Amino acid sequence: MSDLPLSTKRKLGLVIDLDTCVGCHACVVACKGWNTENYGAPLSDIGAYGQAPAGTFLNRVHSYEISPPDAPTQTVHFPKSCLHCENAPCVTVCPTGASYKRSEDGIVLVDESACIGCGLCAWACPYGARELDAAEGVMKKCTLCVDRIYNENLPEIDRVPACVRTCPAGARHFGDLGDPDSDVSKLVAERGGMDLMPELDAAPTNKYLPPRPRDAAETSAAPVLEPVAAEAGGLLGWIDRALAAMPGA
Amino acid sequence: MNPAASIIVFTSLSGTGFGLMFWLGLGFPHVTGWTAFWYFTVAYGLAVVGLTASAFHLGNPQRALKAFTQYRTSWLSREAWLSVMTLTVMAGAAYLAVFEDTVIPALGWVGAVLSLLTVFGTSMIYTQLKTVPRWNHWSTPVVFLAYAIAGGAILTVTPAHLAIALLVILGALQAIAWNIGAEAFQRRPTDLGTATGLGTRGSVRAFEPPHTGTNYLLKEMVYQVARRRAAQLRQLNIGLSVVIPIAFLLLAPDNIWVRGIALALHVAGVFASRWLFFAEAEHVVGLYYGRREPQASASR
Repeated sequence: MSDLPLSTKRKLGLVIDLDTCVGCHACVVACKGWNTENYGAPLSDIGAYGQAPAGTFLNRVHSYEISPPDAPTQTVHFPKSCLHCENAPCVTVCPTGASYKRSEDGIVLVDESACIGCGLCAWACPYGARELDAAEGVMKKCTLCVDRIYNENLPEIDRVPACVRTCPAGARHFGDLGDPDSDVSKLVAERGGMDLMPELDAAPTNKYLPPRPRDAAETSAAPVLEPVAAEAGGLLGWIDRALAAMPGA
Repeated sequence: MNPAASIIVFTSLSGTGFGLMFWLGLGFPHVTGWTAFWYFTVAYGLAVVGLTASAFHLGNPQRALKAFTQYRTSWLSREAWLSVMTLTVMAGAAYLAVFEDTVIPALGWVGAVLSLLTVFGTSMIYTQLKTVPRWNHWSTPVVFLAYAIAGGAILTVTPAHLAIALLVILGALQAIAWNIGAEAFQRRPTDLGTATGLGTRGSVRAFEPPHTGTNYLLKEMVYQVARRRAAQLRQLNIGLSVVIPIAFLLLAPDNIWVRGIALALHVAGVFASRWLFFAEAEHVVGLYYGRREPQASASR
């Protein structure tokens, strides 16, 4: 049903550390790999070897540049996937009930057998988290790897979303953001985790940890050296003096 | 937003068709027999062709019936119910008028109210989206309803002066909506700073996109067609949907053929209006892809 649950027992989600992310896109590749082979329709590519390849991805890494008024610019790599919002606007607009938010853990999922591919949920999402698959005509989105995190056939260390498992920088964290004592909740409290577009009232579950302030050393260049020789000597000096003696110099 | 032909045809034709049903339900004109048959045929033709066109916007139209299930939360689902209810009630009124020479005013009034509710439902599919500031405004349902009521009046309402008055109001409302819509995005607090959460640290600009090619989001919601022709399209819009129908109603002899041509030209103007409605609407997801960057960082 496209009614949102009044509350969820747990609020599973991701915490993404913008200070640590190096923008390697490994999470993008891991996500595409796992979700092409598992839950629902595969993530199709259109013209993958052609001149204008395009495809469905559930996770994409942007890069932004911040220009502070009084400091050098800073580049921030910015992974973005479904934020599993508590007040998910994508769910309530769904005319078929294909989009739903689970009351047990808060994961927002699409029942692809009920999806008519109208695209309204993608229009309702502020974050660009939903992509209509061009081959299947159904809406694809991050499942928080629901087929990994509860999968007892996998070793326990692998029971996290593929993006989290693969991140070589440790920039992605998975856990229950509804539990104030969970590691992710403590991380959010400690680092000032933030919501994206809070003014749109979607109440995203996923949090982003802002980049830490840069060290002062980075903001000052090495002192400029005094010129060693003010007047050039030798051949260059002679040329310089000869040129200076020419009319119009 | 991508001005897909299917949804332009859907909103334009179904809106005009339900506008005609609104007036027919109110008894404008009071018709029975064959005359009623042709009036209802035009109204149903427009509404049904429009509703059918909407199916071409679906990735899996064979499951479209499921769209009736979520009326408690979804305006798309409510619109589906309202359109079917309107078509059913008006079918009863049409049957009685055409075959039984009977007009039951109460039935017509119910159909008229349902017709307007259907158009309102269509408009709310777009109005509800906070992600598209230009649509997320009272002017969207008002303009959709104005097109339906004034468009329907072209064919049905006598005296013609009433239809002319409605067309003048429509033109004014459309102009007001354009005026409000132009600054709708800027009036909202959302920018790349709030989208990334980094705006408190300085100006933010998109440095590298996540991929070299395009994707569904860019094609669907960050789609930018040549907006430089917007002014010409607005002239066509107002000319065809308001000015020319008024000229026909004022200057030509008042008969059904003149009004039919006026309605056809009006619908062409509605197409232009809806093309602009979609093409000029900007979705906040475009911010993530570096659309609408602050001037300060763009000029560096």
